[in-house]
Amino acid sequence: MHKQTALLNLSWEQRRKLTGLLFVLPTVAFVTVFFIIPLIMTIYMSFHDWPLFGERAHIGLENYQELGKDRQYLKSLDFTFRYTALVTPPIFILGFILASLVRRNIPYIGIFRTIFFLPVVIGLGVSSLLWVWMLDDRIGVFNKILLDLNLVPKAQLFLGRPNTAMNVIILSVVWKTVGFTMILLLAGLQAIPDELYESAEVDGAGYFRKLIYITLPLMRRFIALALILSVIGSVLSFDQFYIMTRGGPRNSTISIVFWIFNNSFTYFKMGYGAAMSIVLLGILVALTGLQLYVLREKD
Amino acid sequence: MTAPAIDARAERSQQELRQLRRRLMLTLRYVALIIFAILFLFPIAWSFINSIKLPSEALAVPPTYLPSQISLKNYEELTTYGKIGIAQHVYNSTVVALITVAGSVILSTLGGYGFARFDFPAKNVLFVMVLSTLMIPFQSILIPLFVMIVRIDLHDTLFGLSLVYITFQLPFGIFLMRNSFLAVPHEIEESALLDGCSSLSILYRLMLRLVLPGIVTVAIYAFINSWNEFLAALIFMSDQDNFTLPVFLTTIRYGIWGDVNWGALQAGVIVSIIPSLVIFLALQRYYMDGLMGGAVKN
Repeated sequence: MHKQTALLNLSWEQRRKLTGLLFVLPTVAFVTVFFIIPLIMTIYMSFHDWPLFGERAHIGLENYQELGKDRQYLKSLDFTFRYTALVTPPIFILGFILASLVRRNIPYIGIFRTIFFLPVVIGLGVSSLLWVWMLDDRIGVFNKILLDLNLVPKAQLFLGRPNTAMNVIILSVVWKTVGFTMILLLAGLQAIPDELYESAEVDGAGYFRKLIYITLPLMRRFIALALILSVIGSVLSFDQFYIMTRGGPRNSTISIVFWIFNNSFTYFKMGYGAAMSIVLLGILVALTGLQLYVLREKD
Repeated sequence: MTAPAIDARAERSQQELRQLRRRLMLTLRYVALIIFAILFLFPIAWSFINSIKLPSEALAVPPTYLPSQISLKNYEELTTYGKIGIAQHVYNSTVVALITVAGSVILSTLGGYGFARFDFPAKNVLFVMVLSTLMIPFQSILIPLFVMIVRIDLHDTLFGLSLVYITFQLPFGIFLMRNSFLAVPHEIEESALLDGCSSLSILYRLMLRLVLPGIVTVAIYAFINSWNEFLAALIFMSDQDNFTLPVFLTTIRYGIWGDVNWGALQAGVIVSIIPSLVIFLALQRYYMDGLMGGAVKN
């Protein structure tokens, strides 16, 4: 009763404040429960021995100390960074080529833009299921084509050897994600005024001079954005390795997220998984920081 | 012939040459575009072609290029595949996607309106808090999320999974809807406010129509992302009856139900691609708006 009168006595401005707060309350509640609290819990759990069932125990920094001795963890870090370093250039270069090809509004260009972008809206999990089948040594279409063209003497076990596994997974991921990079770079290209190129042409500049002196510098924010988003995506990759190679051959394709997944949800060493997540988090925050730094407003 | 006439002719042939070169470049551009288009469409087309082969032909070693006979048998087999058949998994994925869409749209619209039009204590802190979710992908907080979902007894439920999906749609949704509301001129609400309309009825009667494109964009992303998501769906569901489509398809690939049935798997791939593809193609403009608005923001 008392509260209600108090509510009625609020000034118009105070009521607006309360209303605004009520509008954002559900969102804030969701973010608190499913993001802020888990984030704090990750830190807390990382200092504990935390099995799914049974007693958990505070063990200080032991999980972190174990990280240095965990050979698979170090291998996974190394693999993830190597994968990121190898997958980023093809995505970026092909993305740039495609963006240049679809840049001008010539007839039917919209259809081509859509086609190159289509794989982006397919899930990575599903696209991995599609590719693992195409890459199969017995019923896969790649081996069929290569054999029919006499390019290989016998069917290749693409996913059976660490090197080729890495290469074909990269191929599949490039197909699945390059459209996204293309669109970002296309936006960058279209932001460059045509007059710049025209005056450069009058001065006799060729394709590469225009590329180096006009295109690349003027779209560096878009390039940085495309690169960093692609790097972050690669550091977090899981689906393609879980589905296509299951981490094999000989545990050579276990990414960081994959190893966290194994420890936390197969061995149920959740405290240890949390410690690895904290390291991953550090890497991601550093990458995002780099992103904000590169994209900061200046000019 | 006089000198100017020769000049004019030279000029004309120069121009023709330039035009010819331009035409050649354009033709080459189309050739390149068509080659790339074939390469990009090939995996989807190949999957589709194999899904309509007879199951025995889909398992042929080496594979055939074109089906000797068109058949929907692979799709039929899917309906009884595994423990319960594909229909249940399509249903699971659909329920999760619809809850995620509804939740994301409602929360983003309310929140976006609140952040765009009202002043309240700690507004900026709360806004930054919501957006900071973008910096930290859910992969790094999966473990406590799992522990929490188990604790509140939502483990292995479609609803629990949807709650997690909604949370991770929110930063994008809030950002986009806040911008949509900011783009609406203040004057539109002012007279309604003076007439004493409540904020909720202004939002519902007046603003909703104006921010509809933003809402569509939020809905598309919520649908496609939740429909496609794999890792969280894999972790949060343990009963096979609750598997979403991508997780179910993975069980086919691993031959949990016997030999790997590649024909059925490809039929399943097609089934799971179609909804995202149709929504994207029908509402491409909104999708791209979201991509540009969402990606260039941070």
